[in-house]
Amino acid sequence: MKAHLTRRYMFSASHRLHSDAMSDEENAATYGKCNNPHGHGHNYVLEVAVSGPVAEDTGMVCNLADLDSFVQDEILERVDVQNLNTLPEFVHAVPTTENLCMVIYEILQRGFRHAHLDRVRLEETMMNSFEYAGGAELLR
Amino acid sequence: MIYLTRKAEFAASHYYHNPEFTPEENQRVFGKCNNPHGHGHNYTLEVTVKGEIDAKSGFVVDLKQLKEIVNREVLDAMDHRFLNKEVPEFSKQIPTTENLAIAIWQRLAPKLKTAQLHRVRVYETPDLFVDFYGEA
Repeated sequence: MKAHLTRRYMFSASHRLHSDAMSDEENAATYGKCNNPHGHGHNYVLEVAVSGPVAEDTGMVCNLADLDSFVQDEILERVDVQNLNTLPEFVHAVPTTENLCMVIYEILQRGFRHAHLDRVRLEETMMNSFEYAGGAELLR
Repeated sequence: MIYLTRKAEFAASHYYHNPEFTPEENQRVFGKCNNPHGHGHNYTLEVTVKGEIDAKSGFVVDLKQLKEIVNREVLDAMDHRFLNKEVPEFSKQIPTTENLAIAIWQRLAPKLKTAQLHRVRVYETPDLFVDFYGEA
């Protein structure tokens, strides 16, 4: 039988929202406080949802140790306590939480082989969060 | 169609062990969860039902009945229990959160009369939960 497993992780990072395609005035109007040149930080909460048949011999969709080590090595090591603007993915893209959510989804989609990736959800603060399912409809 | 979710909490212990694995395999696959004396969690259960609103009552489901069913079928059987030894489903199956969500679905689905079961979500910890939608 198919089950869906969701795991939450936390990381802290800084960013500055600024687009080279806009004038300074447009950037300030679009991003407001988030355009502060020195950047600012968040405690992000990352939710990774995977699914698959529950294996009869283990009772698991996938071994949590495999998911935890992949997320630790491929995602948290790269973003935790970092300035997101310095990551190669954000040299030309604005590190909004939308874009970060999609970057994290792509990393998991490319590299995680132990279960099907359903969805990545990213909380920037307690008040806002973003979800990406690679273009698929979100399962409710 | 409207969806209603009811939460419940229970505390239980479990351990992960497959008798067909060698001790080394059990240790490698299940790690700390293989400790035969068990360990415990405060589980949070979310039961989501769906249906149409009854014109007379304004309810999708009678919450009192739903609470009674959840209490009888799940909490009475699992709260403050050792899942491996005291819940029949887990005499042969490993009581992972995945299997727990499936077992709870199978206990609840046949008992719901007015509304249809949509999702069973079981939090093992605030950082880990499993959803089961009755998918084969």
